[in-house]
Amino acid sequence: MLEKNEKLNIEEILKDLENYRPKRRGWHWREEQGNQVYGEFEYYQASKPLKNSCPLPAAKSFGYIDPQPDCVITTEIASGRFEDDIRRMRMAAWHGADHIMVIRTAGQSHYDGLIEGTPEGVGGVPISRKQVRATRKALDIIEEEVGRPINFHSYVSGVAGPDIAVMFAEEGVNGAHQDPQYNVLYRNINMVRSFVDAAVAKKIMAFADMVQIDGAHNANATAMKGYKVMPELMVQHALNCAYSKMVGMKPQNIALSTVPPTAPPAPCLRLDLPYAVALRQLFKDYKMRAQMNTKYMESCTREATVTHVLNLLISRLTRADIQSTITPDEGRNVPWHYNNIHAINTAKQALIGMDGLLEMVELKKDGYLAEKVRELKERAVLFMEEILEVGGYFKAVEMGFFVDSGMYPERNGDGIARQINGGIGAGTVVERDKDYMAPVCEHFGYNNLPEDIEKACDLIDGCTFCKPEKIVFIDELDENDNVNRRLKETENLRHSTEIKPEVEWCGDGIVSTTIFLPVEERVAEFAAMEIGKKMGLEDVVVIHKQVMQPAEGTLVEIKGRVPFTIDVSKLEIPKKPEVLSDEEIRKDIERKPMKVVAATVGEDEHSVGLREVIDIKHGGIEKYGIECLYLGTSCPVEKLVDAAIEFNADAILASTIITHNDVHIKNMKKIHELCIEKGVRDKLIVCAGGTQVTDEIAKSAGMDAGFGRGTKGNDVASFLVKRRREMENYEG
Amino acid sequence: MAVKRPDDFETRRQHLKNLTDEELEKRFWQLAEEIVKPLVEIAYTHTSPAVERSVLLRMGFSSIEAKAIVEGVQNLGLLGKGAGNVVYRLAKKKNIPIREAGLLLVEGKAWDEVPALF
Repeated sequence: MLEKNEKLNIEEILKDLENYRPKRRGWHWREEQGNQVYGEFEYYQASKPLKNSCPLPAAKSFGYIDPQPDCVITTEIASGRFEDDIRRMRMAAWHGADHIMVIRTAGQSHYDGLIEGTPEGVGGVPISRKQVRATRKALDIIEEEVGRPINFHSYVSGVAGPDIAVMFAEEGVNGAHQDPQYNVLYRNINMVRSFVDAAVAKKIMAFADMVQIDGAHNANATAMKGYKVMPELMVQHALNCAYSKMVGMKPQNIALSTVPPTAPPAPCLRLDLPYAVALRQLFKDYKMRAQMNTKYMESCTREATVTHVLNLLISRLTRADIQSTITPDEGRNVPWHYNNIHAINTAKQALIGMDGLLEMVELKKDGYLAEKVRELKERAVLFMEEILEVGGYFKAVEMGFFVDSGMYPERNGDGIARQINGGIGAGTVVERDKDYMAPVCEHFGYNNLPEDIEKACDLIDGCTFCKPEKIVFIDELDENDNVNRRLKETENLRHSTEIKPEVEWCGDGIVSTTIFLPVEERVAEFAAMEIGKKMGLEDVVVIHKQVMQPAEGTLVEIKGRVPFTIDVSKLEIPKKPEVLSDEEIRKDIERKPMKVVAATVGEDEHSVGLREVIDIKHGGIEKYGIECLYLGTSCPVEKLVDAAIEFNADAILASTIITHNDVHIKNMKKIHELCIEKGVRDKLIVCAGGTQVTDEIAKSAGMDAGFGRGTKGNDVASFLVKRRREMENYEG
Repeated sequence: MAVKRPDDFETRRQHLKNLTDEELEKRFWQLAEEIVKPLVEIAYTHTSPAVERSVLLRMGFSSIEAKAIVEGVQNLGLLGKGAGNVVYRLAKKKNIPIREAGLLLVEGKAWDEVPALF
């Protein structure tokens, strides 16, 4: 098993791939869903804990618990280079993602066959057998490390749906998007071809126990007004569900891809909640994949996060079996490593925060909500009635029924219309003859097999589903565009002490900077780029700008590349101070009692940090028997020093949180100077602490030590004991 | 062809408004099934190049081999027999393993023997 401080070895993953077989097949739902105890809390909508994980930042105050919500959490990772993506997948899994969705490279849906090898992708990853196998192999390692199976997911669509479905079933892919309507409406693939292919693909997916997600949410993103297509979305969900069930999929493996259609400043809950409730009522037997809204995302990551939290509220007020996440930076660029993590944490944090919400509140069964739910259902029924009236699905598509911006039955005449004999792959579908035969398992449709065989592939001594050793693995087809080439280019950064910043690819060198400029928007934009250049960044681009006030100023975020590497072996990193054992500290205090005077100095009312360092109930220094005189907050430094002299203290602990005008540094200097003035500096140990204090800053301001964020009683006590020993030349 | 019309929900819904919620949901699913049923029938009785490639993949051919065989079968107008069926019958006739028969076709050989297999 992988050690947590050991990096994934990409070369090792690529080694011997031709013989790698996935550990398992099929989708995995989280285990032990329901009541779970984490730390001092009981959760109602949680699941089995992870073996290894990164908890939320605030977990520090709750014993580092990392409660896992009951639903599967999705993250989409597809930078174009799968070898870099698998490192991000590991980070994602550590934060609680167990559904990794890989977006395909632009244009793959029109590729008539399987892509082979590992070419670099654009806006996604070319989904090939090698890429899938390597990723599955990495995920097999990662899932063991975190202690929860990870679902790997991509797309079974385009003109090679059945081919891809076979490859996914063979390679242990656990979930996929499959919806023939998506092909027809958004990829202009011939509609007959789409439905014929879909039936075969779905049957194979059913055999592989994959979860299917539909493509209805695309109407929401494509329609001019996303919130007007709600009746149509329900129809699209229904058609894919009914079709999938009829060709052999189990409803519990069919998930609706549903997105709350609206976002603030619209009163989004009033529009989105009735829709969410109507869906859950109509599709009781099916799973809900709750996606976050992308339609109204701009470049402000804060705004996106708030919209997404409102989406999560709907998930908790209704039902989500799979909670998908959208990275907060999707409105500005291809998602960066840490934004996947932010998105996963937005989901985990909000879902856990709203745990058990419906134990306390319930949705009203009459009034506005119920009326809207009923209305949406009726509109959807009317939509389907008209499909049948005009002569069926194909006719309706020809007439532009779908993705019309009107709220059905209203029509604005701007829907996407396709012709039955048009689109990619038109004219390629043929009728199966009477003697049509396919000697393989899990084949949908008419199949004139001999009667005397038990299963279809007996005729050929086993198909690849029964005999995986028959699968043919192709390594690389392009000698220039492949993973080996790319890895060679970054070898130095992966196997030496040199590092470079990165946001998506090893060595991309990208950093971002947040700048406020006291000028109007356009001037700020160009000034910010100039600042980036002067900072030494290359390829500077503005990724976000926001007017604070038209005349007073603008917030700008820029990104750029740093042209250098850092050799970590040449860094001078101060050693972390060694913490003494509780026993050793206690023994030293028993040997010689210690007295300490403490206060938050200056005009500063912050008390929490210092109290945690002192108080016995927080594991502070009092527990070792150190006697503390606490003078409270906003204590003048003179009073603190005088008290130390009067109390005959061994040490002063000054807390200083406010940093305005460097007042924290000034306070430290003043204490130091006062102690000298009063002739006690040599006898006293003087320490300062605060969120912006570091040991380096404190020492340069005359302190013996400084303590920053996260300091605990034993850190301070260890220092005090060690320093006192030094002062008395005590050998211990 | 695309229609423009105002929201006439109130007039259209007259036949639905007295249905119970259960009846409305039942109707919803009946309509969905009615719409997809003919589509499933087309899929049941038809095939496509991608469907046939998926058969050949399952028979142990690579994607490149599968593509070449399906194109050859299409050229002969025999896709309706099934590309896997073509390979299967060729192997039987020549009394060689399935994979060997398929590879002959990939190499452009033995195509002249194919039409006579049916």
